Amino acid sequence: MVSTASRIKLSVKDLSIRYGSTVALEGASFDVRDNEIFGIIGPANSGKTSFIRAINRMDEMTPGMEVRGDIEFNGKSVTDWRNLYALRSRIGVVFPLPVGLPMSIYENVAFAAKLRGVKGKADLDEVVERCLTRAALWDEVKDRLDSLGSLLSGGQQQRLTIARALSQEPELLLLDEFSIAVDPVTTMRIEEVLKELKQEMTIVLVTNLTQQAQRLADRTAFFLEGKVVEVGDTRALFKGQTKDPRTTHYIEGRFG
Amino acid sequence: MKNQTVDPRRAAAAPRSGGEGAAAGASSNEAARFTATSLDQRNARTERGFHTLFLAMSIVLILPVLAILSLLITKGAPAFSWEFFTEPPRAQFTEGGIFPALVGTLWLVIVALLASVPLGVAAAIYLSEYAKDNALTRLINLAIINLAGVPSIVHALFGLGAFVLFFDFGTSILAASLTLAIMTLPVVIVSTRETLQAVPQSFRMACWSLGATRWQTIRKVVLPNSISGILTGVILEVSRTVGETAPVMFTGAVLFTPFLPQGVLDETMAMSLHLYMIATVIPDVPPEVPYGVALSLILMVLILNSASIGFRVYLRGKKKW
Amino acid sequence: MSAPQSDRLDDRIDAAWIWDRIARAVIFIGGISAIVFVVAIFVFVAKEGLAFIFEKLDLGFFFTSPEWRPAQEPKPEFGGLALIAGTASVTGLAMLIAVPFSLGVAIYIGEFATGKVRETLKILVELLAAIPSVVWGFIGLTILNPLIIDVFDVPVGLTVLNAGIILGLMAAPIMTTIAEDALKAVPDTYREAAEAMGATRWQVIRQVVLPSASKGLVAAILLGVGRGFGETMAVLMASGHSINIPTSPFDSARALTATIAAELGDTAKGSDHYKALFSLGILLFLVTFVINLLADVLVRKGASDRS
Repeated sequence: MVSTASRIKLSVKDLSIRYGSTVALEGASFDVRDNEIFGIIGPANSGKTSFIRAINRMDEMTPGMEVRGDIEFNGKSVTDWRNLYALRSRIGVVFPLPVGLPMSIYENVAFAAKLRGVKGKADLDEVVERCLTRAALWDEVKDRLDSLGSLLSGGQQQRLTIARALSQEPELLLLDEFSIAVDPVTTMRIEEVLKELKQEMTIVLVTNLTQQAQRLADRTAFFLEGKVVEVGDTRALFKGQTKDPRTTHYIEGRFG
Repeated sequence: MKNQTVDPRRAAAAPRSGGEGAAAGASSNEAARFTATSLDQRNARTERGFHTLFLAMSIVLILPVLAILSLLITKGAPAFSWEFFTEPPRAQFTEGGIFPALVGTLWLVIVALLASVPLGVAAAIYLSEYAKDNALTRLINLAIINLAGVPSIVHALFGLGAFVLFFDFGTSILAASLTLAIMTLPVVIVSTRETLQAVPQSFRMACWSLGATRWQTIRKVVLPNSISGILTGVILEVSRTVGETAPVMFTGAVLFTPFLPQGVLDETMAMSLHLYMIATVIPDVPPEVPYGVALSLILMVLILNSASIGFRVYLRGKKKW
Repeated sequence: MSAPQSDRLDDRIDAAWIWDRIARAVIFIGGISAIVFVVAIFVFVAKEGLAFIFEKLDLGFFFTSPEWRPAQEPKPEFGGLALIAGTASVTGLAMLIAVPFSLGVAIYIGEFATGKVRETLKILVELLAAIPSVVWGFIGLTILNPLIIDVFDVPVGLTVLNAGIILGLMAAPIMTTIAEDALKAVPDTYREAAEAMGATRWQVIRQVVLPSASKGLVAAILLGVGRGFGETMAVLMASGHSINIPTSPFDSARALTATIAAELGDTAKGSDHYKALFSLGILLFLVTFVINLLADVLVRKGASDRS
């Protein structure tokens, strides 16, 4: 059997993103491999979030957002998917600010499963419990699954969002600065979960905390002002083995 | 939805208007002639003066109407009786009640709602969820404003030409209700659009990223959280529909029918037309009767509007996010 | 890969996708329905009236003669001047009342009033706007009519004055809410900047808020004019309904709208009289269309000036 780690999940080819005349990302080319945690670091406005949006073609819902170049998902360009929604259902996304949908906690987590066609109460119960447990939220909410997901605390909503993304059983999980709204203890718990999840899926982790990338990512890309400065093995980058001095400067906290 | 009237004409002016931010401050040439203290005093006097003037205007606008309302109540209430609301008119409208007109208005309103609510909600969904900022959208908005602004008598001409004659529905509840539906469509569209737009965009993004289609997102997240707001708009539409006279007088409402309507192709009596007729055309109607009809009509409208306002206030206190 | 591969996960057209397309098509039809209806209104009204305008109506006569005798045999006369004058005088008087009041009340609600007073006023104005026009007409007929006869010692109370007051009271609440919106659209930062320079409340309103909101306020007045112009039942009942070019507020008059409402029931379909009423409808449609268009342009222009 071919080692899964060598297979390519996402292949980004000369990707450029602009909003009107503002360039968010330009000429990005790199690969994300199967079952790795791929870290993306960089200061604000370096194009990280725009990249996440381009992967699941959220540009079609965002006025003014224009994507050039290509992203291949499993070797097939995302723009070639006829059923955009089927593409999205294979990709889980966690946004920086938590979004608990205005429905019960149970319905939040069962939503994607229902879209997939899962009907049986027992099956749905199983999905809800498994995903909430993995997102380290089960113990806190198991007695009030029918209360509104949108009224949980920020940290709880973020874990709910992660549970919901996991309920999609995604092949690819995109995390966009997930720890902004979460306390440090919860962040550590979620990080442990992510390490386990790596066995089952590919994870793209956008973070403004370089240490988080250092702790979790197998490989890391450094984005700066709409350009991909470099992509490399995380351990090597953090040891200072960089091609571009700016990467080291950023990692060492000299700017950003 | 905030506490505000949902009137399409008003929505016309809803986009922010503004102009050059004129620099403010005491006009300098006057300031030169007065000491600071007397200028301050003068300014304070001017300010008090205008404050009082505008307050007085508000009172003057509202007081006569309250006086008129109380007059309607004192003159119309004596007409109210069980018989007034449950009996048909008798003896050339000099006796009996308004029951068939009440029933007819109910028919007109219900059939109009059946047509306008689905259409209006669909239009609002289009504008809120699909429309891009392009020429078509601007055209739709202009059409909505015009639909609300075209005189009711022109709607009546249209109803007569299109529904009564061209589609050959005859003078019927169907023709009158469709005319009313088109006329009040902007009310539903504008209020529903406001409600839908109040649902945060982040919910839609979250839903889409789960793989939900646009329609699934609308049906499962956007609409369930807008139902009460839509209902508020519908109540408002009902209150508009109840009082309209001109659009129904040539399309389906008649002075008198001996029978209650049995279906949508029947003619019917209606409260609004009944008031017009007994107030202007029919001789020897006891004076308290038209007052009673006017009072019933105004009470219906005010109760519906108060319900809509109350509902809105209640919704504001009951946040789901 | 532990995920069960359900249908949803393949790139193929599934039921959800098809439903999405169907819903989009249906919703699009709803979306353009307003356009369809406005066009339909014009088409159906023009269908009956346009040919008459071009073939039989002497436009010069229509705009210069007050002789509206559509049922006269053998030669009916279609002079619209009295009707136009009726509409203009009633609307004009109504605006004399409604413009200052609606602007004043809007400024009071938007800039002076606070808390409960403000909320109560807004609700009252909203309820005022909801009173049906046939009830207003009834009020003109039964309450204002004897009042005018008593107060001014005139023989008739169903006059331009009566209809103007009624129409003013009807238009004022709507104009108030639109004008208040225009005031609300002025960003608070403008007010704060002016207040920081030591301006009093009234100076802020007069020198900052009003100039900045001017286009929206003009739009409010225009929409009020449109409303008055198109009002039917109230004018029909309160104006006295006599064909006459009014020379004083105590003269009776007849409006374009009221003419259609009063005469349409008595005409035979397809007769010249019937078609003449539809041509009045075309006139009403076009004028209100232009008024609404102007108001819309003004509001847009105001918004783009600000940004």
